[in-house]
Amino acid sequence: MRLQLQNFTKCFDGTPVIEGLDLTVEDGEMLALLGPSGCGKSTTLFSICGIYRADGGRIMFGDRDVSDLPSQKRNVGVVFQNYALYPHLTVEENIAFPLTVQKPRPSKSEIAREVRAIAELIHIENLLERRPAQLSGGQQQRVALARALVRKPDVLLLDEPLANLDAKLRLEMRSEIRRIQLETGITAILVTHDQVEAMSMCDRVAIMDKGEILQIASPTEMYRNPVNKFVAGFLGNPPITFLEGHTATEGRFAMDQGLFLPLPSRLRDLPAGQRISLGLRPEHFGSTGTAQASGRIVFVEPQGREMLFDVEAAPGVVLRSVQPVRDDVGVGDEVTWGVDVDRMLAFDMDGQTL
Amino acid sequence: MTKNFAIFPLIILLTIVSLPIAVMYGFLILDTFTDAPPGELWPDRFTLAHWRFLWDPSVVGNVWKAAGNSLILAVSIIVIVVPISSLAGYAVSRLNLPFRRFFLAGIMVMHAFPAVTLLIGVFFVLKFTGLYNTMIGVILVKGSLMLPFGIWIMKGFYDAVPWEIEMAGVQDGASRLTVFRRLILPQVKPGLVALSVFAFLDGWGEYLLPRILAPGSDMEVLSVFLNELVQADQLGYDFNLFKSVGVFYTLPVIILFVLFQNRLMNIFGGGTKG
Repeated sequence: MRLQLQNFTKCFDGTPVIEGLDLTVEDGEMLALLGPSGCGKSTTLFSICGIYRADGGRIMFGDRDVSDLPSQKRNVGVVFQNYALYPHLTVEENIAFPLTVQKPRPSKSEIAREVRAIAELIHIENLLERRPAQLSGGQQQRVALARALVRKPDVLLLDEPLANLDAKLRLEMRSEIRRIQLETGITAILVTHDQVEAMSMCDRVAIMDKGEILQIASPTEMYRNPVNKFVAGFLGNPPITFLEGHTATEGRFAMDQGLFLPLPSRLRDLPAGQRISLGLRPEHFGSTGTAQASGRIVFVEPQGREMLFDVEAAPGVVLRSVQPVRDDVGVGDEVTWGVDVDRMLAFDMDGQTL
Repeated sequence: MTKNFAIFPLIILLTIVSLPIAVMYGFLILDTFTDAPPGELWPDRFTLAHWRFLWDPSVVGNVWKAAGNSLILAVSIIVIVVPISSLAGYAVSRLNLPFRRFFLAGIMVMHAFPAVTLLIGVFFVLKFTGLYNTMIGVILVKGSLMLPFGIWIMKGFYDAVPWEIEMAGVQDGASRLTVFRRLILPQVKPGLVALSVFAFLDGWGEYLLPRILAPGSDMEVLSVFLNELVQADQLGYDFNLFKSVGVFYTLPVIILFVLFQNRLMNIFGGGTKG
């Protein structure tokens, strides 16, 4: 079901934390709300499910205005960060709980059938007799997901669902949640501060900061064409390197520390002397490229498949490069590597993309 | 388990420290079943004579009636304190009440307030309402004096239940009442059990309130009964009889403690997160 926030506003103690936010999630789409802590993403999520009351604007599920409905009547499934399983109930009773409070209450056999069906979808048929304390983190996560989905909600909300899992499980659950979302075709919103989660699991990403949505786009689009410096800096791991400087003659970019680079061809027409900052992603600095940058390797971080190099190109200016593993260079070596100039990002002093 | 210090000296120390108490309890029990020659410490014969008060009312009066009164008082305290505390504790823990802080501070003050100082006022109130010298009056006063403690303890237990569980219940479509009944209450069950035991023990052990607010012999509870025993007959002062009634009075307390000691520890262990 299509979910819409129109001019949504939420205040805490009279101070607006989110003002006039508009957001549309298409039917069957999975959207990530991505942002640093305190950006208002969880507030938005809790307002959608009715834990918080909106102070202004409308929340629409399809054609239904749910702004003034209590949580119970909104038909939203929520997976909480700590799963919030009911510790005194078995897995089966946990999943059945949303059905047992429905009016009219479904028959026992009907509930059992629904629980079994959802358990099979989520691959927890063999855990039904256990209690939450006897489950691993990943299994608890699955149970929470099953409980959220069992009464076929209009919208599924996931609040940092992977934050409490260890790295390996996180990878597994990432694809599992996406698989289940695709199989059920449910509209889902994922709240996370982890850009990898957001980009790998969702159709579109909405990046938030200070109560505002800065950009909504597909992960690839957002990575390639961020609207501003904040978005560029938030996406990408290892992160983008920002170079502060000004435009110089002959389409060049000059840093105060004495590093010169050609400007991306689309920006050659900028007047000389304008202060801008360039963003260089580590994968665009390496062996190939249209321009060269030289420097001394100051730090090497092997990551198995790849290696991360920090190259000091000028005093205090460190360029980061990620490359396939190589043994020919090490800390202290002078290198001259290519810079993919046209794929560099450029921002004005307000942080907006040029 | 790793040992940070030697256990043996500790055991010796604890034994020495607890020896006087152990000796006193030992002789308390011993003396109820035996007689010693005058002036001697060690008994020389076994007897059940000191326990004859159980079946012979002519010895000290009807002990069963007093025990029954104590039981009524103790159970009534449970009936008053546990339900009210479980609801009020939930309210102050979770609901956004007006004057919540003031209310909490009030509970704290009431909890710390010595009940004795209220006695004269309570006496007048009971006189005025006609509840003086009735069991109901004693029960109401005792129950209300215990409520602050109960509410505070239950609040601690509710505070320990994760907020998300409640929200999850609401999201699952359950009303607040259903969530409270089916999801929250089961999780504070240890608190309810502990509070019940505590309320019972408090009611059972109460002396001052029944003594002053219901002095009539109809309402005599065991503690008052025991006291009367000392004062009744200064000449034929039967120490061993007195001890026997004392042991009889203590027995339910000991049994409850043995049964529920782990649960009682809960109150002071996990439950009191202010």
